[in-house]
Amino acid sequence: MNLLRTARHLLLAGLALLTTAVVWHNWGDLLTQPDAAISPTSPSTAPTLQRGHYLVQAGNCITCHTNRGQPPLAGGRAIETPFGPVYSSNLTPDPDTGLGQWTALDFWRALHHGRSRGGRLLAPAFPYEHTSVITREDSDTMFAWLHSQPAVKQAQPAHGLTWPLGTQAALAVWRTLYFSPATFQPDTQQSTEWNRGAYLVQGLGHCAACHSPRNALGATQGVSDLSGGLMPVVNWYAPDLTSDRETGLASTPLADVVQLLRSGTNGQAHTSGPMSEVVQHSLQHLSPADVQAMAVYLRSRVRPDTASVSTAVRRIPSTVAERGLKVYERHCVSCHGEQGQGAPGIYPALAGNRAVLLAEQTNLVQAILYGGYGPATAGHPRPFGMPPFVLELDDRDMAAVLTHIRSQWGNAAGEVTPLQVNRIRAASAQ
Amino acid sequence: MNLNFRPWAAASVACLAALLCTPGFAQKPRVIEDSMAERTRACTACHGDQGRAGPDGYYPRLAGKPAGYLYHQLRNFAEGRRHYGLMIRLVDPLSDSYMREIAEHFASLHLPYPAPTPSQLKPEQLARGQQLVTQGDRALGLPACVQCHGERLTGAQPHVPGLLGLPLDYLNAQLGAWQTGQRRAHAPDCMAEVVKRLPDQDIIAVSSWLASQPLPANASPAAQSPQPSLDAAFRCGSAPELSMAGGRP
Repeated sequence: MNLLRTARHLLLAGLALLTTAVVWHNWGDLLTQPDAAISPTSPSTAPTLQRGHYLVQAGNCITCHTNRGQPPLAGGRAIETPFGPVYSSNLTPDPDTGLGQWTALDFWRALHHGRSRGGRLLAPAFPYEHTSVITREDSDTMFAWLHSQPAVKQAQPAHGLTWPLGTQAALAVWRTLYFSPATFQPDTQQSTEWNRGAYLVQGLGHCAACHSPRNALGATQGVSDLSGGLMPVVNWYAPDLTSDRETGLASTPLADVVQLLRSGTNGQAHTSGPMSEVVQHSLQHLSPADVQAMAVYLRSRVRPDTASVSTAVRRIPSTVAERGLKVYERHCVSCHGEQGQGAPGIYPALAGNRAVLLAEQTNLVQAILYGGYGPATAGHPRPFGMPPFVLELDDRDMAAVLTHIRSQWGNAAGEVTPLQVNRIRAASAQ
Repeated sequence: MNLNFRPWAAASVACLAALLCTPGFAQKPRVIEDSMAERTRACTACHGDQGRAGPDGYYPRLAGKPAGYLYHQLRNFAEGRRHYGLMIRLVDPLSDSYMREIAEHFASLHLPYPAPTPSQLKPEQLARGQQLVTQGDRALGLPACVQCHGERLTGAQPHVPGLLGLPLDYLNAQLGAWQTGQRRAHAPDCMAEVVKRLPDQDIIAVSSWLASQPLPANASPAAQSPQPSLDAAFRCGSAPELSMAGGRP
């Protein structure tokens, strides 16, 4: 009996210790770093506001914090996660529903610690792993611009996360496992440009929020992991940025990488899916120097492609091959050409196209299902579009034509099956 | 077998052989037209060649509609006042100026209309439809369609669409969508007010009569905006010119 009681006491003590550790991890800084620690006041001069707007664009904040058809920055957009929708907050200076009562320190705490004013832990759909890296100075500048915008009264809807995932206790545990506030550590071995790029990629750009695989609890591998991953819910594959085979980052001239990121195309490659949204709302507004810095950093992260790609294409059944050719000639050839050569600057070539050859076929199926336009940007204001085929082609036609373009003109990627198309179609339906 | 030498045949064979052996033949240079027609293939895939309407009776004609109207529809999809997943995906990456250009492109195309399809509806229902379209219903507070959409029902520049030459299914779907709030226009939404006062059973009468009418000789939208005398409930955010001069503000 005594033994049992001791065990129970030990268990309770252990739990108490664990709880203390979790609480300390999430709120401990409030004791160690009192409010007065740093409070530089940035005067809201025109250049500061302009800079603040620029940084907010670099963070692509407006896209998530604006609901379709509603005033910008007023929040309320549902960010769909595998655990339920999370609604973005109102960043306008409305005192009741927005940031009207916030101070620059409150704002920095949200970015750096992922905590709302008053200490409430935020759901990590807000990529605070990344915003944590943003400097206090940039944070204050962004805050100054946000405060200069028109106030909009619009309350943030309650998140629809499956219980208990949205509770403060669950968030505290999640953060103890996966989040610690971090500051950007420059690498003195690298150039100023490289460091600027690293700061933007890891912080405001939050590239790894998509370009890193997520585990079962929705955590990425960290702000520096760029190894690619399938984005949940929206169902697009964000390519592995450390693989030249997937992105061409190392083998494409730097100027072309910059052009792709700033305008959505460089004549050869085109952005699609969520990356187009990033170009449209964020990257096209950045200075060429900043985008080049990001490209320089990203290029340095490319590692030699080790895993050899099997070039031996398995035999494709003749019925599939015939069907694929027929669909290609009917629907694709007039734009993409008889040799899959495309038309530079207009329609992408399919021969040798990295996106066509990706082992992960989700993006290809998305492209053929929904077609659409690349982003209309200052650098490429009048893009040509691709028709959607979601209503026109069934799973077998799509599988056959994708198999066709993956195995012609020197392309040697694997077959796509109707079942694979069907799964991606079902997961991508809106 | 006739082995007579035929010089024209030999010449043809020689020409063909020369052509086939030209390096350019295997991969002839591809000329993609630098035009709006080429840029809008994503639209015409469903809305028909030159935006003449899709074959299935649902995708409406775009050709010749007022540019302001078409532009507003693109904005309506982008801003959540109209809901169709495919359209939303298409318009999301476009800039405001490109949307205008696309709208102006289709507005500038003047194509012949197909013959209307005769209605299956009873004559008295069609007569009711005609009455609502041309005279409205004073008791229900319903203005006539012709008051805003023009005497010829071909719409008016720059924002009011024509109502003829549209598939029955499309007309029904749009009036139904306005009824349920699925389709909206810029606030204040005058069409929402009209549909609110339109009894359910009259929707089919109106759309059937409209779908069965031939286009007049001049099918273009009226150059001048009509000036209907309507009360303030029928202000149109999408066509403010309707309540400018002649109306009672």
